[in-house]
Amino acid sequence: MPPGNTTRPPNGDDPAMITFEGAAKVYPDGTVAVAGLDLTVETAKTTVFVGPSGSGKTTSLRMINRMVEPTGGTVRIDGADIREQDPSRLRRSIGYVIQQAGLFPHRTVLDNIATVPLLLGWRRGKARARAAELMELVGLEPAQAKRYPHQLSGGQQQRVGVARALAADPPILLMDEPFSAVDPIVRTSLQDELIRLQRELNKTIVFVTHDIDEAVRLGDRIAVFRPGGELAQYDTPERLLAEPVDGFVESFIGYDRGVRRLSFFPASALSLREDVVFDDEDRVERALTTVGDGGEPWALVVDGDRLPMGWVSAAQLLREPTGVPLGTLELAPYGHTFDVGTDSLRAALDAAVLSPAGRAVGVDDEGRVVGVVSQEDLGAALWSVAE
Amino acid sequence: MIAAEGGDWALGAWEWVVRVTEWGTANWSYPGEPDRGIRPLVLEHMRLSYLSILIGLVIALPLGLACARWRPLYPPVLTGVNVLYSIPSIALFFLILPYTGFSDWTAIVPLSLYTLVILLPNVVDGLRQVPDHVRQAAVAMGFSPLRRLVAVETPVAVPVIIAGLRVASVATISMVSVASLVGLGGLGQLILSEGFRRQFDAPIVVGIVLVVLLAFVTDALLVLAQYLLTPWARGDGRRGRPRRGRTAATGTPTAAVPPAPEQRTAGER
Repeated sequence: MPPGNTTRPPNGDDPAMITFEGAAKVYPDGTVAVAGLDLTVETAKTTVFVGPSGSGKTTSLRMINRMVEPTGGTVRIDGADIREQDPSRLRRSIGYVIQQAGLFPHRTVLDNIATVPLLLGWRRGKARARAAELMELVGLEPAQAKRYPHQLSGGQQQRVGVARALAADPPILLMDEPFSAVDPIVRTSLQDELIRLQRELNKTIVFVTHDIDEAVRLGDRIAVFRPGGELAQYDTPERLLAEPVDGFVESFIGYDRGVRRLSFFPASALSLREDVVFDDEDRVERALTTVGDGGEPWALVVDGDRLPMGWVSAAQLLREPTGVPLGTLELAPYGHTFDVGTDSLRAALDAAVLSPAGRAVGVDDEGRVVGVVSQEDLGAALWSVAE
Repeated sequence: MIAAEGGDWALGAWEWVVRVTEWGTANWSYPGEPDRGIRPLVLEHMRLSYLSILIGLVIALPLGLACARWRPLYPPVLTGVNVLYSIPSIALFFLILPYTGFSDWTAIVPLSLYTLVILLPNVVDGLRQVPDHVRQAAVAMGFSPLRRLVAVETPVAVPVIIAGLRVASVATISMVSVASLVGLGGLGQLILSEGFRRQFDAPIVVGIVLVVLLAFVTDALLVLAQYLLTPWARGDGRRGRPRRGRTAATGTPTAAVPPAPEQRTAGER
């Protein structure tokens, strides 16, 4: 489990914050959007609703802030039926992030973020000061405060969307496919940011997505919905990947769920070899003590700060005359690296597969090479997971 | 010879312009007689057209808000407004003359009704083009329906509403002249009574030039108003680059994107 899961019991004994009790939504034409949902969203955890389109995940999310009124059953927040609250007031106490951010185009970034505090009747100065704090929290430059939404990139807009949702410090944050309209690189950085924020803020987050990878990355619990608005499985990501309850869940997770499961095993368990890592000042004959004549097929060359420079093969080393410094040779690119402290086995495997040497380069948090994982060691680690 | 004839023509045209201009300046105003001359007619023209546009807008805004809120209302209301517009203006002036007499209202009532045919669809379209995600975000933030309409949807509709105002104001300024048939009509009177009835071209030309000038100035004022009211819609190339998103999408960190997380993730996964 990621360290973001330290719970903060708001009322002493960690009450379940959002409860669906047979909540259903049937439209007048008979379409069933949600068929009797029973589910408890835990306090200060990230719960992800995932499923194909038409599975009722967004409808279920919108029941929580009464953007959709259930036609049957009850939704409770901390035990209280949400129908007893005025919808507008209820919504002001629940943060909401929408796909494409939904920023108000006529308001500056700062005033967009200050929206809910202003609705709650805060003084303008106080609301803007709070908005400025949030800009910093979500990683926006102060210079962007006076800009209008259309002057920002998609990723920045979504940061503003998250800041706006958090402005009045609501205990609950609803996120409706918030990152699906941005490109994969920005999406990954927004996901990282959300994980970091949640570690700091401990909100009860309900996150809707159709992307199982996103669900596995972000969720403490995952609810898989099937078409017709039924809950298929509600579990931790680890158990979901290990034991899907039926064929639908298994096919939705995808056939590479085994590889995905590697995300839950730390790369720190791998044994790293340092004897194939050489300084760029080292001579060819030094490397040949372990590589080539020594039996290893590849040597990794690092610079004075131990940052990786590239691979050199045993065959090439044998061709070079003695006395040549390794740094002057033509090196093969080192490809991806993985962070020994924070990355998972999946990242290490990925790094190995994409490396020209078939070996993964492990680095510390400053990018300095710690060691190299050979395919044999990686294979051994993968088999130990399977057992 | 030809050059001389051309010269004669140019000279004639020049003399004509001078004559018309002299007539205009000589008749601009009469000291001690505030109701005589061209100046009071210009003021009347401005009063009639601006009031008509303003009243039209005051009617179109709530009507448009209502039509956007209760959708079934819009088709019958729009049909009604279109039918009103199809009534010839002269007929409408004479129709309401018995009720309003020779007051300004005889011109203002029909003219403000006519503006609706342009303003109402613009208000409704303006409100409808508010992106759905913006509207839903407003609901989710806890805006009440009325507050959402006033604080979010109407401001976002302003560019479309002003576009309608520009068309409506030019049309109205031109149409005010027709009201001279019932003794109103500002510069229209210059054209009708001074010019047409006396077979005298100077007042007609002065009238036309001033009407066009008034329409032009009004339009310029509306453009200025839009510039001041909607700083968020200005597309100045220096800052307003909606393409930013695309730049970031290719993975090239721009100065505005905090580069650290994006770059690291890109490199490590």
